Amino acid sequence: MSQFKVLKSLVIDSLDTITKGSIKYHIWMGGLTLVMLIGMYCYFIQLDEGLSVTGMSDSVSWGLYISNFTFLVGVAAAAVMLVMPTYILKDIDFKQAVLIGEGLAVAALIMCLAFVVADMGGPSVLWHMIPGIGVFNFPNSMLTWDVIVLNVYLFINISIPFYILFRHYQGKEAMKKVYVPGAILSVFWAVAIHLVTAFLYQGLQARPFWNNALLGPRFLASAFAAGPALIILVLAVIRSFTAFRIEDRTIKKIALIVTVAAQINLIMLVSELFKEFYAPTHHSESAYYLFFGLHGKNALLPWIWTAIPLNVLATIMLTFGKLRNNLKVLYFCCFILFVAIWIEKGFGLIVPGFIPGPYGKIVEYLPTGIEIGVTLGIWALGAFVFTILAKTAIGIELGELRYKDKNSSAS
Amino acid sequence: MSENKKWHSLDLGLNKKKEASGACGCGKSQGSCNSQEEELSADEFYEAAINASIGDERQRDGFEQVFDVKMDRRTAFKKLTASLLIGAGAVSTSCSVVAGDDTKEKAQIDWEEQFKGNYKLMNDEEKQGTINRLMRSYELRTGKNISMTAENAEEDVLFGYAFNISKCQGYMDCVSACVEENNQDRNSQMQYIRIHEMKDGEGFKFDKADDNYYHEVPAEGHFYLGTQCFHCDNPPCVEVCPVQATWKEEDGLVVIDYDWCIGCRYCMAACPYDGRRFNWSKPEVPANEINKNQHYLGNRMRKKGVMEKCTFCVQRSRKGKNPACVDACPTGARIFGNLLDPNSTIRWVLENKKVFRLKEDLGTEPKFWYFMD
Repeated sequence: MSQFKVLKSLVIDSLDTITKGSIKYHIWMGGLTLVMLIGMYCYFIQLDEGLSVTGMSDSVSWGLYISNFTFLVGVAAAAVMLVMPTYILKDIDFKQAVLIGEGLAVAALIMCLAFVVADMGGPSVLWHMIPGIGVFNFPNSMLTWDVIVLNVYLFINISIPFYILFRHYQGKEAMKKVYVPGAILSVFWAVAIHLVTAFLYQGLQARPFWNNALLGPRFLASAFAAGPALIILVLAVIRSFTAFRIEDRTIKKIALIVTVAAQINLIMLVSELFKEFYAPTHHSESAYYLFFGLHGKNALLPWIWTAIPLNVLATIMLTFGKLRNNLKVLYFCCFILFVAIWIEKGFGLIVPGFIPGPYGKIVEYLPTGIEIGVTLGIWALGAFVFTILAKTAIGIELGELRYKDKNSSAS
Repeated sequence: MSENKKWHSLDLGLNKKKEASGACGCGKSQGSCNSQEEELSADEFYEAAINASIGDERQRDGFEQVFDVKMDRRTAFKKLTASLLIGAGAVSTSCSVVAGDDTKEKAQIDWEEQFKGNYKLMNDEEKQGTINRLMRSYELRTGKNISMTAENAEEDVLFGYAFNISKCQGYMDCVSACVEENNQDRNSQMQYIRIHEMKDGEGFKFDKADDNYYHEVPAEGHFYLGTQCFHCDNPPCVEVCPVQATWKEEDGLVVIDYDWCIGCRYCMAACPYDGRRFNWSKPEVPANEINKNQHYLGNRMRKKGVMEKCTFCVQRSRKGKNPACVDACPTGARIFGNLLDPNSTIRWVLENKKVFRLKEDLGTEPKFWYFMD
């Protein structure tokens, strides 16, 4: 019973915190709300008229939504790169960053689910997927695996930080034996969510561009580069806007993770390119389309030729310790790496999987304004959720938010 | 033939000896024609009939029959929904003074349709229930009647298709017959069949073929090849569906429950043959062009945001007719029939022609063969 009282007080306190802040904070939240509203309006149009308002077609049947979904699964998985050193390797450096990382994972997962729902033709019958009431095609369909691992990962990533913060909120130390098993589980789970998401594509014999054994590992490498890169950027923002102390040491250690992952990712890219272009077969058509265009159709060229140089540049710059340890350069590298991987995993992976079609037909894909509106709206939703989570967490960690027991204060 | 197969392969029962299976007319749904049931005495028959009709409830009475019913979660949920419905219906009927009976009935049907189960798992009674609702709903909305059926697959039937490349001249009568028969959306010009026009002497160059021509056919120096859903014996689209809204029926047809589909389009990505179509917006067919002879799994009206595909015209083929494309073909290039019937034309083609299928290396085992004269 007393736990409920604490919970109620926590909710009230956090509501109090998230509604107060500097003028910049209010502008930020107001802006996000506006973008979300625009996204909702776009989604309303999509619900009303059908998915025909998007750029997708019978040929390219997945587009911007699924691209973003795939990318964000990676971002969510990246939180583990902070969890592992902190809780398992006992590297205390990361402790402040971990809560932020897990908050980011929660926000990313919520965005993932939103993107999947936005992509559905019949969101009103989504209950068909709930085990027990509907029919869950487990274990045959990889999509059902994905639903399970994503939701469990979401649960893990909500419950661990919640437990820690809930204890800290009452001025108590979080008990290691309660949350460390969860943290260890989440390490395996993070790999699982990304591998399973890769298998979603990898298992389709109909799409040779996806049906290769490197897809899963490459997903992991790019995720562990892009995810921590985003965490570095977020930490940089938090450092400059709040009193939350994050040491340079922490950021530099995360930078090392980003660097190694980006290097591995680049090696895999080279391996992939070699396979596609050294002895090209019919199955290399998609890669040709992506990098050089086919039969005069070349909508993806600007995208991929932005991504590749950015990716290479960022990886090379990060490789040199001197450049990496300069925080300004590091932030720049992280930003371009993030953008490069977003492009590579979206337009560079999902769309060319459908082009050329099963009988060689080339139908190009460009997202429409409504699609972009919904996408931006969902990103704003993610940022909004993350801001709320981070602000509460920081408040508790700084000791600004504490549970005041009325009974004890009265006595 | 080796017994340890590494991958799935189509079994036409060619190696099995069957006793006139295709020609059997006894109409029994269980057991073979020569089964021993004929030798049952009158007493045994009576016993068996009672067993079949009331089963284990014979030993129970009163309270037990009503309350001690074995129920899985699905049935329980359904019963709960049904009782909720009755309650909700009673409330709305007694409270509403404005709404007419039709409006109420419409709302009732919509509600029941929204929360019905997967057709694949329905028993015959439930199947009948949903098609009755759908027919009534159409009547309430448009004032016109349609006839919808829910025939199940027949025993000893496996549908197959063969396409004669030498005969096809590219007239595309099959395409238009298919669109008319299957009530496909006219706005987006949805078509299940594609006719690929290829150049003589170049072999099958699908990427150079034209499947959207408007010139006079047959064009000099070209040949034609049609594709559609191949009703694979090992369909990848069925495996990937997260809610089992698409499945392979006993007679080999790969079908979709349009009302159970959630529109994720995973099956579309998984199909190597471009066999599936999605309703990107609300499908529309002019009222006077609607084909009113419908099947639940076939050409009934679809809604926005669901998948659909060729069903070998299930509404025709299960009544013993040919699919519309076969009947429409002016050159006789299309052959359809029961693969398990040794006397069928399709079996003759498979046994006497050099047949092949597309992308056989993918292990999908299509039931759609090509051949030449």
